[in-house]
Amino acid sequence: MIRTLAPFVLITVLLGAWEAAVRALGVPAYFLPAPSAVALALVEHLPVLLAAAWITLSTAIIALVIASLAAMAVAVLVGLSPLLEAAVRPLASVLQVTPVVAIAPLVLIWAGIDHPERAIIALAVLVAFFPIFSGAITGLHAADPDLERLFDLYGAGRWSRVMRLRLPSAVPFLLEGHKVGAGLAIIGAVVAEFSAGSGGVRGLAWQILDAGNKLQTARMIAALVVLGLMGVALHALLDRAERAGLTWWRGR
Amino acid sequence: MTAVAVLESVEVEYGPRGPVLGPVDLRVEAGEILALVGPSGCGKSTALRLLAGLEAPTRGRVRRAPGRGETAVVFQAPTLAPWLTARANVALPLELSGVPRAQARERAVAALGRVGLAGAELARPATLSGGMAMRASLARALVTEPRLLLLDEPFAALDEITRRALADDVLALWAASRPAIVFVTHNVEEAVYMADRVVVLTRGPGRIAGIAQVEGPLPRPPGFRIAESFRTAVEEVTGLLTRGAALAA
Repeated sequence: MIRTLAPFVLITVLLGAWEAAVRALGVPAYFLPAPSAVALALVEHLPVLLAAAWITLSTAIIALVIASLAAMAVAVLVGLSPLLEAAVRPLASVLQVTPVVAIAPLVLIWAGIDHPERAIIALAVLVAFFPIFSGAITGLHAADPDLERLFDLYGAGRWSRVMRLRLPSAVPFLLEGHKVGAGLAIIGAVVAEFSAGSGGVRGLAWQILDAGNKLQTARMIAALVVLGLMGVALHALLDRAERAGLTWWRGR
Repeated sequence: MTAVAVLESVEVEYGPRGPVLGPVDLRVEAGEILALVGPSGCGKSTALRLLAGLEAPTRGRVRRAPGRGETAVVFQAPTLAPWLTARANVALPLELSGVPRAQARERAVAALGRVGLAGAELARPATLSGGMAMRASLARALVTEPRLLLLDEPFAALDEITRRALADDVLALWAASRPAIVFVTHNVEEAVYMADRVVVLTRGPGRIAGIAQVEGPLPRPPGFRIAESFRTAVEEVTGLLTRGAALAA
């Protein structure tokens, strides 16, 4: 009980100290608004912020679905051929270590000035792809060697080996990969919105940028709060989904 | 008698660590039960993989009569796929061999019944006890009605009571269709109890130290463990093991 309350107590204390400090020191609101001002801004702009959050979230979800399908399709293809895997791995690593911010301008050009939303989805897909892909690759090699022998014994073909043994064996790794990938898809969407700039998609990152440009610092922090809460909720949901998936897979 | 599988001057080497098995000559006759006994690292499991056709020897030749799907292996662990039900696990060898799904399921249910797992068809492996999981594994091996059944220390992880019960069950199942069985163990009494012939291997690289013939009917009648022929065979195998160890040292 005390353990679950502890973080809330800490947050209350911190907010209290912040409020008191801002008032006592007379900090200007454009520099650091008091929590009460942020709360007011949050209430005032809530419909807009929620709509913006939905734009960012739906972008991330679309990106996650595309990344998931693409990563698993590539992993299965690669799983069918060890040669292909050897060829793809270094390429995948190079793309993985390239920061999304650095690729963003290029992707924005490719998507065209009229379709920044496509660029944002593409960038989020790019970021979400790798944890799922590397989870799938690791998982495809994680099948029980004795089960592999059983498939040898009955002369199983490559396709049925991948579909009936290696892919199901990879499920725990895939679940983990999707959890990480979903978190990264959100980050990818936000970073991409920033890169797209003020003419871009009006998601949460755009709200932060826009409020910043207008020195509406309270609204800016309110947008951050919504972003943070969205992240926490999503993480909790994915954690639960991963555990449910694992329980199903293990059969208990 | 006709042989199901023959090892001819077979030797196995994995890289620079030197030979792990051989040279070994061994005939597995149709319908017999043959136990392979030897100290750890003598190449018992390697010999089993050679007989299964899962591995090729470095030197020598392996001749095998069974076609695809006519050899079955039971491993040390039950090695069931956790995401499949018991029935789907048992049906897997049939489905991989191209048997239609409905028919495979039907035969899987029958095989589960034969090993005493009727009613557990839809259970997942994680909910089965160690002994039940091993029975499911046995059902998976028997479902294709193999001519050659290879058992790699299948009871090693089980308690003594379960072990003995399973040994009798394997013999009863053998009596129903009489596949040739090759059975790896490091338990001398288990080897003698289960087999017509006990092949004793020396310390690695394993060679045949000797072959003990076990007198008495299969499956074993009650009280066989205190019979004269059982004790004699156990003594003989123990003697061969001791000499095999001394020979290599």
